[in-house]
Amino acid sequence: MDFALIRQVYPYFLDAAWVTVQLSVLTTLLGLVCGALGAAARLSRFRGLRIAGAAYVSLIRGTPALIQLFLLYFGGPQVGINLDAFEAGVVGLGVNIGAYMTETMRGAIIAVDKGQSEAARTLGLSRFQAFRKVVLPQALRLMIRPLGVNINALIKGTALVAAISVVELTYTAQRYIGSTYKPFEMFMLAGILYLVMITATGKVIAALDRRVRLP
Amino acid sequence: MGLDFSVVPSFMNFLLLGTVWTIAITAAAALLSFFGGVLFAVIALYAPMVVRLPFRLFEWLFMGTPLLLQLFLIYFGLVELGIDLPAFVAGVIGLGLHFAVYNSELIQTAILAVDKGQMEAARTLGLSRTQALVRVVIPQAVRDVIPPIGNNMIALLKDSALVSVIGVSEITLSAQLAIGRTYRAFEFYAAAAALYYVINLGMEAVLRRVERRMQLSR
Repeated sequence: MDFALIRQVYPYFLDAAWVTVQLSVLTTLLGLVCGALGAAARLSRFRGLRIAGAAYVSLIRGTPALIQLFLLYFGGPQVGINLDAFEAGVVGLGVNIGAYMTETMRGAIIAVDKGQSEAARTLGLSRFQAFRKVVLPQALRLMIRPLGVNINALIKGTALVAAISVVELTYTAQRYIGSTYKPFEMFMLAGILYLVMITATGKVIAALDRRVRLP
Repeated sequence: MGLDFSVVPSFMNFLLLGTVWTIAITAAAALLSFFGGVLFAVIALYAPMVVRLPFRLFEWLFMGTPLLLQLFLIYFGLVELGIDLPAFVAGVIGLGLHFAVYNSELIQTAILAVDKGQMEAARTLGLSRTQALVRVVIPQAVRDVIPPIGNNMIALLKDSALVSVIGVSEITLSAQLAIGRTYRAFEFYAAAAALYYVINLGMEAVLRRVERRMQLSR
């Protein structure tokens, strides 16, 4: 282990880790929006929306995230979508994780006992009211933990934007591996930073989950 | 520059060759991840403390860092250690180890879920602990865990696109090379996505068949 070298390069890794944090947060937010829309579409009364939701999930989950990013970033300009690398990274990864979150949210909503919404309807609530006031609060409780699994995968997935040259943690590690020929040191440095982010996120999710869990 | 898919067919053979490599690397890495997963599960559950603790550390590192970073480590790290592997082999090792760790988690749970009586009965019949594990307990655990491992293998197929960055000429890199010649990024990445999608559908169909058969054999 070359600790002198590590001390020399770690400020660059910290900067890069901050970019990874920004990417992760923005991607999570976009993913949650896409997931909510996707789940709403898949559970909709309208057949067209259900088909659209199912197609979104199937196409995104059936192809590599890397290809989706390339298609958006390099192919986008041909169809009038001009995004810089960071924006393409957020949009590409957000839409990607949104498909997985769609299934997570749909699963949680379906898992709420049918009697709950039937009872609410009987008591005179509209379909929407029954969903918003009775089903959704119970479903939210069920989705926190599996959404945490999605977010964990997403944080590691942000590494992919290194391939469209966003200067985040993996890109930085790759560049320093190339220039210093010290792969283990650079891996350790980047790895520790990823582990800190993932462990911290895991703790937040667990705390949230404990708070809303029924006794 | 609008869209013009007419350039894609002339590169079709090239992309199909890439598809063969994608299937080859996925199959090789899937095999490694399966047997590696069984081995890791046995280590995690039965190895002595001196082996188990470093192994736990390795597992934690591999589950908490991106696959892309691990591929860089393996590809460049092995060269550092004087082992110059072809990119394909480095890719198989990287993908295989990464998914072996995930498979190991599944297999550990399944081994623990096999009824204790199975091990006891096997021991009573005169099998050694290792024999009982290999011939009685693990086969039952593996049967239970095939559907979730199948899902991991579908994830592996998609993650195999990452080995393009270390220079394995599978679908993704083939598409990139074609784009280098034609500047038609959208068309070739869309074609690549379609190829992955078809392989993915094939794998899902096989998996569903296997699942159905396992349910029948119960």
